[in-house]
Amino acid sequence: MRPTFSIIFFTVASGAGYGLWILSGWLSLLAPRLADDRNAWAATDLVGAALCAGFLLVSAGLFSSLAHLGQPQRAWRALSQWRSSWLSREGVAALLCYIPAGAMLLACTLGGWATGDAIDTRSSNWLLRMAGSRGAGGILLLLAIVTLFCTANIYASLKPIRAWHNRFVVPAYLVLGIYSGALWLWLLIGMMQASTTSSSLLIGICAAALAAGVLKLAYWQFLDKPGAAAPDATGLGALGTVRSVEQPHTEENYLTHEMGFRLARKHAHKLRALVLAFGFGMPTLLAVLALALPSAGAWASWLAVLFGMGGIFIERWLFFAEAKHAVMLFYGARSG
Amino acid sequence: MTTLPPPTARKLGLVIDLDICVGCHACAVACKEWNDGGSFGPLPDSDPYGAEPDGVWFNRIHSYEVQGFGIGDSGIAGKPRVGKRESGIEKAGAAHKSPCASSIPHSPLPIPVATQTVHFPRSCLHCETPACVTVCPTGASYKRAEDGIVLVDEDKCIGCQLCAWACPYGAREFSAKRGVMQKCTLCVDRIYNETLEPADRQPACVKACPTRARHFGDLGDENSNVSKLVAERGGYALMPELGYQPVNRYLPPRPRRDASQPKPTSHPEPPDEMPMPPLLRWIDRVLSR
Repeated sequence: MRPTFSIIFFTVASGAGYGLWILSGWLSLLAPRLADDRNAWAATDLVGAALCAGFLLVSAGLFSSLAHLGQPQRAWRALSQWRSSWLSREGVAALLCYIPAGAMLLACTLGGWATGDAIDTRSSNWLLRMAGSRGAGGILLLLAIVTLFCTANIYASLKPIRAWHNRFVVPAYLVLGIYSGALWLWLLIGMMQASTTSSSLLIGICAAALAAGVLKLAYWQFLDKPGAAAPDATGLGALGTVRSVEQPHTEENYLTHEMGFRLARKHAHKLRALVLAFGFGMPTLLAVLALALPSAGAWASWLAVLFGMGGIFIERWLFFAEAKHAVMLFYGARSG
Repeated sequence: MTTLPPPTARKLGLVIDLDICVGCHACAVACKEWNDGGSFGPLPDSDPYGAEPDGVWFNRIHSYEVQGFGIGDSGIAGKPRVGKRESGIEKAGAAHKSPCASSIPHSPLPIPVATQTVHFPRSCLHCETPACVTVCPTGASYKRAEDGIVLVDEDKCIGCQLCAWACPYGAREFSAKRGVMQKCTLCVDRIYNETLEPADRQPACVKACPTRARHFGDLGDENSNVSKLVAERGGYALMPELGYQPVNRYLPPRPRRDASQPKPTSHPEPPDEMPMPPLLRWIDRVLSR
């Protein structure tokens, strides 16, 4: 499948954004426990910053996805078919996320949400109390996970593409979203010099990187395994060995352009190594370094985001470039 | 609504006879011509007269070589050749050594036994459970409840192209010029068109086929001509294992004669016993060669 920049940027950026929102929700659920902490107010600022950064990443991603459409001005129609379409469900969930995120952000800036329910009761505005309650954080956490789940299922539901229609795709999207969100959260902590959740976050980053690495390795092993025999597209296989001797068209058409992508697929193994080394390995090393040397945390977080996002970008490029579509069997491809 | 209608009683579709299709592309051209001006048109091309023309066609005709091991197998064809492409001379050499004997005696070219060319028109199969419809986020793609035809409402399509990804048959092509997805309509604007003669109320591809390799009808009706054809010739569906339940059927090529065996001498004419003038005798000699 052709790796389109608008879709790769969309899934990578909004994936990180929803990861950040998941962690913002998680942090807000933890807030009462942080209430006694002297850094509690810093934690409030951190949640606010994470919500803002998440907002930017998610919005940039969603706008980028519009660039992929042939008729972007009709994009609102995509919200209508949530009963059957994962893409529609994703759109609905993506927009619903803005409600709790916006409410929490409002509460953060107006001071309604601070160090948990104790302070909330002091606020006279019931709306602020609602927004600042743990409920909003919980809803955001849930909706962001649902959005990532829907995004992954857009791909995982497509039977003609073996590289997508398998059990690795959904967990990989979820883990990579949370992992990249955690890298951004680390960067925000570094920028704000708040060390409240730093060490547990760093351990979390190492665990997420490990999980992502294991998942992708298992996925690539699945891809390389000559799985079930490629379907006999024409049905002529029953008569003998089928060889395409004449193409239906002299020039490339939409199908061969979009689904017959082969460029640079031969470098896939090197690119996979890059993903593992730079996307997951380097941030892990940097996180360990920051655990050992807390003073190095700020610049290490910059590097970790750079490497991590770069690695995930390559991972997403490979996710498309390595995927083969069954329709190419009609054009004489050996496997679907 | 992109949720599917309940199973339709009428299942309009095509039956394509691979035995007699000659791969002339007339169906593709007739389809392009009709639909460019039909209700679902136009089908604009970019660079139509240039070096790299590009545009939507609802029909694509592939051509395959099928090297048989079943039909017309004389038993000397052996295992079919697979693997890397060989150069011409290697093939010629292999023809002498391999059990793939030339089916035409004295031919210098290696023509393996039971090899045939199959022309294969590919278009929308109007599946009973089409994934292209259910993945559509806008409701632009739909399956008609009354006859099962799968259509795209081009005024609602946002051009996300997910339906093209979901279709294993390559039935949908995106119009870069119009920014929407387009596909075979089974000529819904012909088959119910009362301004046309009844005989013309058929898809353009069916009308155009010079060998009558394409048949149109109701595959939901057991007694329809197309259903009888399918039953008689063993018509098959494409990639049924994916579970989309295509309506269209393909009729497999009929078994070929084994050309490596001598033809049965059917009705040998008695030799001309009558004495002939020299000119006629010469013509007779030439024609008898």
